Amino acid sequence: MARKPLQFQLNGRHQAVFTDDGQNLLDLLRRGVGDLTPKYGCGQGTCGTCTVLIDGEPHLSCLTLAETVDGRQITTTAGLAEGAELHPLQTAFMDNFAAQCGYCTPGMLLAAKALLDRNPSPTREEVVEAISGNICRCTGYEPIINAILDAAGRRNQRRYG
Amino acid sequence: MALHRGRGFAAINYPIGMNLGGDPSQALVHSNPGGKFMVALSSIDLGQGMKSVTRQIAAETLGVPVEDVYVDTADSDTGPHCMGSFASRGTHRVGNAVIEAAREARAVMLEAAAEELEVDPGDLVTDGQGNIHVKGAPSRTITTAEACAAAQFRQGRTVSGRGIFLIPLSEVDPETGEQTPVSCFAHAAMIVEVEVDDETGEVAVLEMNSAYELGRALNPKLVEQQLVGGAWMGMSHAAWETTEPYYPDRDHGPIDFNSYLMPGPGDIAPHSIAVLERPAPDGPYGGKGPGEMCANPVLPAVANAVFNAVGVRIDELPITPEKVLRGIRANGGARPQGRP
Amino acid sequence: MIEFRKEYFADERDDNLNEIGKPTQRQDALGHVTGRSPYFDDHLFEGLLHIRCVRSPHDHARIRRIDTSAAERMPGVVRIVLGKDVPNNLNTLLSLLDFGIDDEPLISDKKVSYKGEPVAAVIAESERAARDAVAQVRVDWEVLPAVLDVEEAIKPGAPVVNDVYPGNRFVYHGKYDHQKLRFGDVEAAFRQADRIIEGRYQMSPIEQAPTETCGAIAAPETNDRYVVYTSTQALFFSLDTTSKLLRVPSNRLHLIGGTVGGGFGGKVDSLHEPMAVLGTMLTGRPCKYIFDRHEEMQVGAPRGAERWYLKDGVMNDGRIIARKFTGYFDSGAYTRLSSYAIIKAVGHLPGPYTIPNVYADVYCVFTNRTPATAMRGFGITGVDFAIECHMDKIAHELGMDPIELRILNAYRDGDMKAHRRLAKNTALIECCHVAAEKAGWPLSQAARQASSLRDGGGARAEIPHTVTDQHGRVEGYTAGSYAQKKRPSGPAGQARGPQSPASHPSRDSIAVPSSFDRAPQPMSRPAPSAPPASAAVAPPPPPAAQRPAEQHAPEQRRVTRFSSISGLRRR
Repeated sequence: MARKPLQFQLNGRHQAVFTDDGQNLLDLLRRGVGDLTPKYGCGQGTCGTCTVLIDGEPHLSCLTLAETVDGRQITTTAGLAEGAELHPLQTAFMDNFAAQCGYCTPGMLLAAKALLDRNPSPTREEVVEAISGNICRCTGYEPIINAILDAAGRRNQRRYG
Repeated sequence: MALHRGRGFAAINYPIGMNLGGDPSQALVHSNPGGKFMVALSSIDLGQGMKSVTRQIAAETLGVPVEDVYVDTADSDTGPHCMGSFASRGTHRVGNAVIEAAREARAVMLEAAAEELEVDPGDLVTDGQGNIHVKGAPSRTITTAEACAAAQFRQGRTVSGRGIFLIPLSEVDPETGEQTPVSCFAHAAMIVEVEVDDETGEVAVLEMNSAYELGRALNPKLVEQQLVGGAWMGMSHAAWETTEPYYPDRDHGPIDFNSYLMPGPGDIAPHSIAVLERPAPDGPYGGKGPGEMCANPVLPAVANAVFNAVGVRIDELPITPEKVLRGIRANGGARPQGRP
Repeated sequence: MIEFRKEYFADERDDNLNEIGKPTQRQDALGHVTGRSPYFDDHLFEGLLHIRCVRSPHDHARIRRIDTSAAERMPGVVRIVLGKDVPNNLNTLLSLLDFGIDDEPLISDKKVSYKGEPVAAVIAESERAARDAVAQVRVDWEVLPAVLDVEEAIKPGAPVVNDVYPGNRFVYHGKYDHQKLRFGDVEAAFRQADRIIEGRYQMSPIEQAPTETCGAIAAPETNDRYVVYTSTQALFFSLDTTSKLLRVPSNRLHLIGGTVGGGFGGKVDSLHEPMAVLGTMLTGRPCKYIFDRHEEMQVGAPRGAERWYLKDGVMNDGRIIARKFTGYFDSGAYTRLSSYAIIKAVGHLPGPYTIPNVYADVYCVFTNRTPATAMRGFGITGVDFAIECHMDKIAHELGMDPIELRILNAYRDGDMKAHRRLAKNTALIECCHVAAEKAGWPLSQAARQASSLRDGGGARAEIPHTVTDQHGRVEGYTAGSYAQKKRPSGPAGQARGPQSPASHPSRDSIAVPSSFDRAPQPMSRPAPSAPPASAAVAPPPPPAAQRPAEQHAPEQRRVTRFSSISGLRRR
């Protein structure tokens, strides 16, 4: 199989790696780069646990050919916190007990981040739509929706308060 | 063509734990010289909060703040035997094992403190803040850290404890089924309100009101997590999920989340929960285990609500629009039963 | 929305504890929100190999020949594993508790009994190479007739799904093709009832659907051991199952798990750990075996389907005086845990109600479908659906309020349950009160004044005269042959009397008609099960306390590694 060189930004840091023909981005991030925060849930693009942001937009990394991210900016949950300071979404997920097994949490956080980055004050319906591609089997979604609304409120407070 | 509302009720009880060949779990507790404790288990945290609830149980029993305890789950080299995380057994069985282990470790810590303070260990109490006092003389005090350091560096004691909780085997009589299935039961009652579309057969759950009795709520937030998520799963079982939609026919089995249906975040219904706490006599601090029973009342309550709404009994899960519509047609139309 | 109704049972609690009852943050919350919680697949190994299985496309078929030659030549293929490579290729999960006969291979080599059953495993350098090679394995199948319905499967002449149980039914106690519950005399009570209300209920098969699929990674560890990172829900089930199937001493296995991406019962079966360790034994390299989502949904064991028939004898005032169950658990092709779920279900019947006459026959049936296993509420969820739908039907037929019907029949502290233990610590009535109050559902004053703490016991604590029978008797099994082990006869065996099948181990020694309506007189019954009517007046002590069999005599322990042998089989 042909190997191709590939360069991209991962959480603000430059990465130069080789990718195998047909390798998906999830596999590249996990096994090629060693960022284990995106999770494998289905490999079919139906569960959202592998969600990452490419240039700020949520993508299913299991359905994304690795070679297509050349020159682009990728954000994973590993890049959410600023140093030791958690992202408001992370704090809100903790405070709202929005994680049980935690396996869907990285994907949920990124879907939520993409929403809040483009819409800092979403309605409940907009939150629901933003995470509707992410499956959670534990929480019944209610605490996750509440956490995202809570995070939006906190961020706005911090920004304008 | 119209939308019909209906209410359905169900009540259940739930046996806590399994009983087959006996049902043991074990725990080991030890402190470092700084008086910080580690609980070693081979039990599994699959999201229900095993690490967290046993941490609180250990801290309560040791008499130290919860921050002074960490729980390590599931390393077969260091964690003693546990049957596993199933049958709502975790909190009850593992929690009791942790209490026993923590009691033993606490006793050593108090002996060490007693030797330092030159008093009888029976005269000592912990304040839960990291201090050990002489009863009635709060000025005669030593920190748990000092006691653990003294134990390990001056007195040569291991501040450690072993615990096992075993529900002994209950035989089952082949002729009558006589047995001791479990040691305690949790309870629930639920009222579900639905709206049924008599044109499409679709069932929307509008509201759930429930009361769950689950022994002492050891951590109310963990209880809430189980009840909210579990009731969602019950709603999903009632009206959405199956691996074989035309059971016993094997065809049309879903192979992904596009065809295996579950309610999404836009499908959830408001759920108002009341928790009742009747402590289990043999539970850890009276805890039972809410993890499984939370889903059970929802399934029949939804089915009963559908009957109340349109007069159709769906006795085969899941309650799909197809089944509801066939039922309505067989009846010659919707037959609302009147609001109870 | 959640509220804690502390006023209920307040005198039974001390609410002033330091840590218990506090909404303390989860220990794992920070790990979860930073993506650092270490699940089994979050461990990287240089040179990791990937295992994929060749699976049956048929519900039921004999394997004539497996041709792996083309697959072996595929790029990246390291090894192809067949049933003959498994050192001890037959197991049943609960054999670790000495319950049931080994009936399931890790990799089938003679026949398959469900669609998706593995017949070979490919170990390859990449998952893709493994998938490509799986497609090149050629199996010559002889397709057999299949049976998919539980009631069809137990008819005479049905295809035999599981050779260990040729009647397509698990055998309980070496004696019956079902588990019985007998309490009182339902037939007599039916004759006294004002109404008979019947129903049939079907619980569907359901996938546990954890977001993390089942899997394990094994790797060589120092000192001739294997380290295994696993998603198991039961670490020692997985460890001991691996030890047994691979004939590896248990202390050469080091299993690490405990942080799992959801389970819901689907991660108990211990299929992945033995396969991953076997791969590592055969290749000397780290091996990963994980279900993809398709496998998780159709090959991973679901919550099994259950079919329940209920027949109730009801008085016009709402009292239920008799309840009869016939239940069929669809175990799929192998036993896994359904045998046990039935024990649990029988202990649960007739639900949270005090009914003086209860009868159940519950069958663990083998069909040509994916084996069933545990799921949240296993053994209970399905029958609770049946019971509570049935209660609603009764209320409707009587024109009675459905909550008041439950309160009228609710079990209370001190009542005798059908499994012959006194109820304690009950709270069904209070749950009914609070749920009704929250929903604005009006209840009569009598219903509101009822209490779990009052009006139980007394006559309700009695064990009724009980009619037993030998319906469903099977031959060819003995308590001793049940798990293919010779076992000592304990006090329980003596209690059974000379008619015990345990004392007649040979196949031809008992000729019992296949069904009886009533027990013949020589049939031995444990004394507490069917006391004379006069003895029942005094509140009986927990009957088991009188039984030497429950005292765990040390000599009974030696046959298993666990705490005790299972009387489920011995008796």
